[in-house]
Amino acid sequence: MANKIRVATTSLAGCFGCHMSFLDIDERMLQLAEVVEFDRSPITDIEHCTNCDIGLIEGGVCNSENVHVLREFRNNCKILVAVGACAINGGLPAMRNHIPLEECLNEAYLDGIGVENPKIPSDIELPLLLDQVHPIHEIVKIDYYLPGCPPSADVFWKFLTDLIEGREPSLPYELVHYD
Amino acid sequence: MSKTITIDGKVIPFEEGQTIMDAAMAAGVYIPHLCHQPEFTPHGSCKLCTVKVNGRNCSACTFPAADGQDVLNHTEELIEDRKKITQMLFVEGNHFCPSCEKTGNCQLQAVAYHLNMLDNHFPLFYPDREVDASHDEVMVDHNRCIFCTLCVRASHEKDGKDVFAISGRGIHKHLIVNAESGLLKDTDVAATDQAAHICPTGAILIKRTGYQVPIGQRIYDHQQIDQVSLATEHPKHGE
Repeated sequence: MANKIRVATTSLAGCFGCHMSFLDIDERMLQLAEVVEFDRSPITDIEHCTNCDIGLIEGGVCNSENVHVLREFRNNCKILVAVGACAINGGLPAMRNHIPLEECLNEAYLDGIGVENPKIPSDIELPLLLDQVHPIHEIVKIDYYLPGCPPSADVFWKFLTDLIEGREPSLPYELVHYD
Repeated sequence: MSKTITIDGKVIPFEEGQTIMDAAMAAGVYIPHLCHQPEFTPHGSCKLCTVKVNGRNCSACTFPAADGQDVLNHTEELIEDRKKITQMLFVEGNHFCPSCEKTGNCQLQAVAYHLNMLDNHFPLFYPDREVDASHDEVMVDHNRCIFCTLCVRASHEKDGKDVFAISGRGIHKHLIVNAESGLLKDTDVAATDQAAHICPTGAILIKRTGYQVPIGQRIYDHQQIDQVSLATEHPKHGE
């Protein structure tokens, strides 16, 4: 089919739980595939997104690469969606915001229980950590939000079918959860 | 002839001395609120119950009903105002619902669900706040306190103890406990106190009870706060 709706997805400072929940739409994925084509996404392994209709962002922003990826999505997606608690408020990773970054690194790589060959990773390929984790609406404009940890498969389905069928997306009470 | 006000065009009777909130709830009209509980002296701090009375914004929980008042409650503008207020409450504290044992039973969360709040809108503060787990049975997680003062009022008015108070002003406002050490263990709070059970968020919790009801089967997982509030705070309108 020509002119399929192009969807890109990514996980920034997330756990891929939202992506797993998206896959829980199960056989409805086949229905979706009739009208949707995946661009950049862990599902396709395409590395950069181009001219997409919908971008789904899981996770907040914790390092410099997250910022670049988020901006690439904003520049290439007509509609950008914050998916899940971490994208919306930083979530679990943002609980480090009260601890100085050096202390976090020391705990994880030097002083933590069971650490072998203690050394803070410093490979030039590694993106630099930000001092705090931020929700994505603090970096770029976000068009829609899907709360939940993770949002249920039905949330993804309701939202995407609303958009695809030309309705203003809305979530009824039963589908709005922050946990 | 009895005195009446109108709320969104509906005629509501009231008795002398009642607030707009009292009259509304008695008539089965829900006005969103967090710092108000009918059994305690109204405080008027959360501002969620903001209604338009004869064209002016007022807190329904503190504003006395007067004959002929024209009250607007469920309007697009007020719902939007309340959503913004709720978003501010969320960003000023550290409200991470997935890791909070109050989730599903939390009134702050339930009001947000009721208002269909899907995002925080504002930049998050991530304030540095402490957890006081010093007491054997009751704990205070200051990250989740919204300064509604329900615990302050419950401790003073019902428990006769004055365990809690609010100190500081503006952004430095915080909940304190009545002990020189500043720790809950050195107060005379008990798990049976009303103050230990009245918190609308997960700021004051009874230890070892958090997961007795599984997530998904909790109060607001299937029922909206307007129904729950009318049923529990003014039982004659409940199901």
